[in-house]
Amino acid sequence: MPMPYYVSPEQMMQDKAEYAKKGIAKGRSIIAIEYVNGILLVAENPSASLYKISEIYDNIAFAGAGKYSEFENLRKAGIRHADLKGFMYSREDVTARSLANGYSQSLGTIFSQELKPLEVEILVVQIGHNGQANEMYRISFDGSIIDERTFAVIGGKSEAIQALLKEKGFTQPPELQAALSLCITALEQIGSQKLSLESLEVAVLDRTRDGRRFRRLTPADTKQLLAT
Amino acid sequence: MKLPFLPNHDGPSFFDFLIAHHPALTPVGRSGFLQAQGAAEPMRGAGSMSVPHATTVLAIKYQQGVVIAGDRRATEGFQIAERRIEKVFKIDEYSAMAIAGAAGPCIEMAKLFQVELEHYEKLEGVQLSCEGKANKLGQMVKANLPMVFQGLVVMPLYVGYDRKRAEGRIFKYDLAGGRYEESDYHAIGSGGKDARNTMREHFLKGLAEPDALKLALLALYNAADDDVGTGGPDLVRGIYPTAKIVNATGITDVSDQQIRGIYDGLIATRRSKEN
Repeated sequence: MPMPYYVSPEQMMQDKAEYAKKGIAKGRSIIAIEYVNGILLVAENPSASLYKISEIYDNIAFAGAGKYSEFENLRKAGIRHADLKGFMYSREDVTARSLANGYSQSLGTIFSQELKPLEVEILVVQIGHNGQANEMYRISFDGSIIDERTFAVIGGKSEAIQALLKEKGFTQPPELQAALSLCITALEQIGSQKLSLESLEVAVLDRTRDGRRFRRLTPADTKQLLAT
Repeated sequence: MKLPFLPNHDGPSFFDFLIAHHPALTPVGRSGFLQAQGAAEPMRGAGSMSVPHATTVLAIKYQQGVVIAGDRRATEGFQIAERRIEKVFKIDEYSAMAIAGAAGPCIEMAKLFQVELEHYEKLEGVQLSCEGKANKLGQMVKANLPMVFQGLVVMPLYVGYDRKRAEGRIFKYDLAGGRYEESDYHAIGSGGKDARNTMREHFLKGLAEPDALKLALLALYNAADDDVGTGGPDLVRGIYPTAKIVNATGITDVSDQQIRGIYDGLIATRRSKEN
């Protein structure tokens, strides 16, 4: 009988983390940034039908980077979580914090118990209304959860983009148009290539809307917005 | 792969998800519970059972879409339980449903159907077709059948704007979940027959929106005249039937003021006949 190899827990976790990080860094970046009337989400996405950004509930949106099948699964579970809660209690009782906790627990458990960790990094954002603050949660493959302010970046060269946005040093949330062009510039600068509007997936959580506040902006919408 | 701490389910239906994982939140699960408690023996000879559904709700097609309207009365035996109940519900941007039957389960089915359609849209990234929505509602009515034997009837009337066909559509249901499309108009509830009689006399193909709305309110008025279960306009309290319009631009509520204006005209005409 061959002896099983001994691998120290530290080594195992490190290997898993490296594996997951590699998978996530291969992809492209997604930026979420606060603007005057809500939160703007911009993703580099060559596909017009396979989305990385999605509506979860009235005030909550989701973005996933990494392996599509894996974050798609998480996205659907999140919608189920939110709709179930809203149906059982009330629409206002559905919160990003509770959902982010669920994601964190789930990813953490999978990271430590399964052979293969999920190669994903996800973002759960919620706009506040009636004077409440926005919430942005960035959740990593190992379940670690980071409460972000002003902006959040996941996937690809996220750290470089974060550093770039930090340099701008926001004091006030920008207008939607300014926020969008800022995101595009950041993505172009880090990717060192020009991006066409067709290769961007853009959505907003717009506080000025009623009910479901998530809205996708088509390339035509973004073109019009940038032209004004 | 299963995700711990999060709800796992295959398929885009919220209703099926509830049945599989939270049956107590659905009529299906509850009927099992009631039976287990011996609370109600399933009624025998269901074919002959009378269906309590004191209400009148109706829908009329017009040139650009559909008008759907309903009275506001809820009864408990010979008592009026509620004067302001809403029986017409917005389901999504392009559809609405009106209900007759036991108030609690009715409102719950409307709420569940709203979540069902929104859930599907979010998971799949597209809206269900008008036909698809009507079929799904049929399945939900069918799932309620065990509750019907215990006296809790839910009978919907569903209208939607079919964007592919560019027309409004009306669907009625039977208690077993059968789904039938109506080509012009329909009314259900205890005053449904009275309302249908009025509509039969005055309906024309390709009505204009104001005429269709006027006919809907007239039919409700006549139903309230002949049926004790249907509430007419309450001039003292200022409670009027509600109506919604579904067309290519989406769903809009008809304002109370507009409905009141139409009823003022209608009542004046009636009054002039008495003198």
